[in-house]
Amino acid sequence: MADTSVSLSILEEEEKKSLEAREFGFWVYLMSDAVIFALLFATYVVLSGNSAAGPTSRELFDLGHTAGETALLLLSSLTFGVATIAMGQGHAGRVVQWLILTLLLGLGFIAMEVWEFSSMTRQGAGPGTSGFLSAFFTLIGTHGLHVTLGAVGICVMIGQVLVKGLTLPVRSRMMRLGLFWHFLDIVWIGIFSVVYLPGVM
Amino acid sequence: MLGRLTLDALPFYSWVAMGGAGVTVGGGLLVFCLITYLRAWKVLWTDWLTSVDHKKIGIMYVVLALVMLVRGFVDALMMRAQQAFALNSEGYLPPEHFEQIFSSHGTIMIFFVAMPFLTGLINIIVPQQIGARDVAFPFLNSASLWMTAAGAGLVLISLVIGKFSQAGWTGYPPYSGIEYSPGVGVDYWIWALAVSGVGSTLSGINFIVTIVKNRCPGMTLMRMPMFTWTTLCISILMTFAFPALTVVAAQLALDRILGFHFFTNGDGGNMMMYANLLWIWGHPEVYILILPAFGIFSEVVATFSHKRLFGYQSLVYATACIAILSFTVWLHHFFTMGASSNVNAVFGIATMIIAVPTGVKIFDWLFTMYRGRIEFHPSMVFTIGFMVTFVIGGVTGVLLALPPADYLMHNSTFLVAHFHNMLIPGALFGYFAGMNYWFPKAFGFKLDEKWGIRSFWFWIIGFYLAFMPLYVLGFMGMSRRMEHYADPNWQPYLIVAALGAVCVLIGIVCIAVQLYVSVKTWGSARDVTGDPWNGRTLEWATSSPPAPYNFAVLPEVRDIDAFHDQKILGLAYLPAERYEDIVMPKNTMLGPVLGALAFALGFAMVWQIWWLAALCLILSLVGVGIRACNDDTEFVLPAAEVERIETERLAQITPADLHDMREYAPRGAASGAVLTGRA
Repeated sequence: MADTSVSLSILEEEEKKSLEAREFGFWVYLMSDAVIFALLFATYVVLSGNSAAGPTSRELFDLGHTAGETALLLLSSLTFGVATIAMGQGHAGRVVQWLILTLLLGLGFIAMEVWEFSSMTRQGAGPGTSGFLSAFFTLIGTHGLHVTLGAVGICVMIGQVLVKGLTLPVRSRMMRLGLFWHFLDIVWIGIFSVVYLPGVM
Repeated sequence: MLGRLTLDALPFYSWVAMGGAGVTVGGGLLVFCLITYLRAWKVLWTDWLTSVDHKKIGIMYVVLALVMLVRGFVDALMMRAQQAFALNSEGYLPPEHFEQIFSSHGTIMIFFVAMPFLTGLINIIVPQQIGARDVAFPFLNSASLWMTAAGAGLVLISLVIGKFSQAGWTGYPPYSGIEYSPGVGVDYWIWALAVSGVGSTLSGINFIVTIVKNRCPGMTLMRMPMFTWTTLCISILMTFAFPALTVVAAQLALDRILGFHFFTNGDGGNMMMYANLLWIWGHPEVYILILPAFGIFSEVVATFSHKRLFGYQSLVYATACIAILSFTVWLHHFFTMGASSNVNAVFGIATMIIAVPTGVKIFDWLFTMYRGRIEFHPSMVFTIGFMVTFVIGGVTGVLLALPPADYLMHNSTFLVAHFHNMLIPGALFGYFAGMNYWFPKAFGFKLDEKWGIRSFWFWIIGFYLAFMPLYVLGFMGMSRRMEHYADPNWQPYLIVAALGAVCVLIGIVCIAVQLYVSVKTWGSARDVTGDPWNGRTLEWATSSPPAPYNFAVLPEVRDIDAFHDQKILGLAYLPAERYEDIVMPKNTMLGPVLGALAFALGFAMVWQIWWLAALCLILSLVGVGIRACNDDTEFVLPAAEVERIETERLAQITPADLHDMREYAPRGAASGAVLTGRA
C-alpha cells in the first residue's frame, strides 16, 4: 500500500504545521488571559483600601502562610521544568514521575489556599464583606481556579504519556501545558508583590 | 430543583409581551416544521451544523446575524412608535417593557447582529484572500460559532421565559445590581454576553494565528488585501478587549449572585470601576465593528472603480493606528464621571486624533474613485452612501470629544444619533456591501442588483429621516431612553424619526425580496468563473462556491492584487501539472454540543438551577478534554478526487466567460505600447 504511506507522510507534515500553529495560538491565548489578570489586579488596586466596616489587609494577611504557598508553586514550576527536560531526553517514565511530583506540589498549593479562604471566611472576612475582600477573593480565586485546571491538565497529561508515549502531539501538548503552568507562577509573583507584600506593610 | 424558575416566568402579564413570545415560539416551530417537511434534518446536521468548513461556518454566522437583525429592528420600530405617540401619555408600552426593549435592541444589534455578521464575512473570505485552505483551528471556529449562537438563544428565550434586562445595553450598576434589578433580566444579559464574548475571544485568537501562520507563499504582510489587514487588527482587538467584558460581566454576576461588593453603593464598592472596565472593552469594540467594514469598502471601491486601491500603505498604517488608539480613548464615554479636567483633556484629544487616520482612509477611497470607471453595483452604492453619511457622524463625534460640549450632550439623543450615524453607515452598510459583493463567492450565483439598489435607497433615506431629528432633539434637551415626555415641540421630530424607521423597514423587506428573487432566478445569474466582478484579490481565484479545500494548488503571490496580476499574466485558470493529496479537518458534533451546553449553562445560571449549571460545566470540560487528547481529527482527500473536481470546474469555463484584461496590461510611459513580461 504505497498510497497510505504517502498520505501518512502528508498527514505528519500537516500535523507538524498544525502543532506549530497551536503553540503560537496558545501564546496568544495566554496573553489574552494575562489581560484578565491585569484587569483583576487593577480592580484590586482600586478597591484594596475599601475595607468598609470589615477587616483590613494588615489584620488578615499572614506572610508566613503566603511564603509557604509561594514555595510550593515555585517548586512545582521547577519540577515541571525537569519533566520537560526528561521529555527532551525521551524518558517517558521520568516525565511521569516529575509530573506526579508537580501535581502533588500544585495540590499542596491549592490546599493551602483553600485553607486560607475558609479560615478568612470563618473570621467573618468573606468576599461579601467589603469591596477590598471581593477584589481579593476574585483575584486570588481566579488564579487558584487556573491552578486547579492546570492540575486537571497534568492528570490528563500523565494519562496521555502512559497510554500514547511521547508522540509528537503529546510533546506539543506538554509544552503548552508547561507554558500555562509557568504563566501561573508569574501571575503569582505579581499577586505576592501587589497583594500580600503591600498588604502587610 | 428548578431554582427560581416557576410558571410565573411565562409572559401572561401583558399582551405585547405575549405577542413577542408567540412570534418567537411560532417562528421556531415554523422553522422546525419546514426542516422536517423538507426532510432536511440529516443534511443540515451532517453538512452544516457539525461542519468545520470555514465557508459554511461563515454562512451560518451571517444567517444568524440576519435573523437577529430582524429581531433587533422590531425593537427599534417599537421604540420609535412609542416615542411618536407618548406625548403626555403612557403610549402603548409600560415603562418596564420599554426599558427591556431598548436594552435588548442595543444588546442584539451589537452582539448578535454586527459581531456574527462581520465574523461570518471574515470566515468566508479571509482564508481565501490569503490563499489558505482553512483557518488555523477549524474546530475552535465551530465552537466560537455555537457559543455566539448560544448567547443569541439566551436573548431570544428571555422573551418567552422571564424578562430581559431593563438596565440598558451597557448595564450600568448600581441600577443593574441586585438591589434595583432583582429579576432575571440582568442575568440573561450577563450570560448572553459572557457566552458570546468567550466565542469572540476564541475567534480573535483563531484569526490572528490564521493570518500570521497560514498565508500562501509570497503573501507578505504588506501584500495582504485590506480586508485581511483589518481582520488582523480587529482580531488583536478582540483577543485583548473581550477579556475585559468577561471580567466585568463576571464581577457583576458575583455582585448579584454571591453578594460581592465590586459595584455596589455601600461596603466599599465602586461603580465607576464598572464604567471603566466596560468601556475598556467597549471602545475597542466600536472599532471591531467598524474596521472590517472599512476593509470591505476598500475591496469594493477598488473593484468597482476598476483601479488599484489608492494609498494601500497609508490605509494599512491608518488601520493599525486606529486599532492602537482605540485602546486609549475609553474615558470619553463618561467625561461626566468627574475626572480632573486634565484627564478629560487627554482623552478628548486622543479621541480627536482618531479622526486623522479615519480621514486618511476617506481620502484614499475618494482618490481610488477619482478617474476610475465606477460601476454602480449595490455594494459600490452602499460604499458611496457610507462615505457621505459617515463623515457627518465623524464630525458629530469630534464635537462630542470636547469634554465641555460633552457635558451638555451626554446621554442626550444627540449621542444616540451620533453612534447610530457611525454604526449604520460605518458598520452595517459595509456588511451589506460585503454581502452583495461576496454572495456569489459563497453560493455560486449573483444577488439581484435592482433590489439591492432599492434596499440601499430605503436604508439611507430611512437612516437620515430617523436620526437627523434626533440630533436636533438632543440640542433641544431630550435625553435618551424616554418612555414618555411632556414637551410638544419634540413630537414632530419624533414622528419624522418613526417614519424613518418605517422606511428602514421597507429597506429590510427589499433585502428579503432581493434574496428571494435571486434564489428563484439563480440559474440566470450563475457565476461560472468564480470571478463575477473582475476582482483583484485571491478569493476570486477559487471557484464559486469554492471546493472544500479552496485552492487545489496553493497560489504564489507577487503583488498586492494577486489575482489581478495572475489574470494579466495569463496564469489564472490553469490546470496544475500534478495534483496532491490534501489534508482536511473532519467534521465534529462537539461544536454544536458545546454550544448547547453553553446555552444550558447560561440558562441554569440565570434561574439559579445550580445542579444543571454544574453538570453543564463538567460535561463541557470533559468534551474539551476528550478533544484535546484526540490525535485523529483529519482525513486525506486523495489527489485523484482533487483532480476530478478541478477538471470539472475548468471544463465549464469558456473563454467568453473571462474578463478582457488587455486594457489593464502595463504600458510603457513613453510609447503607450503594451509591455511584455513584468514591468
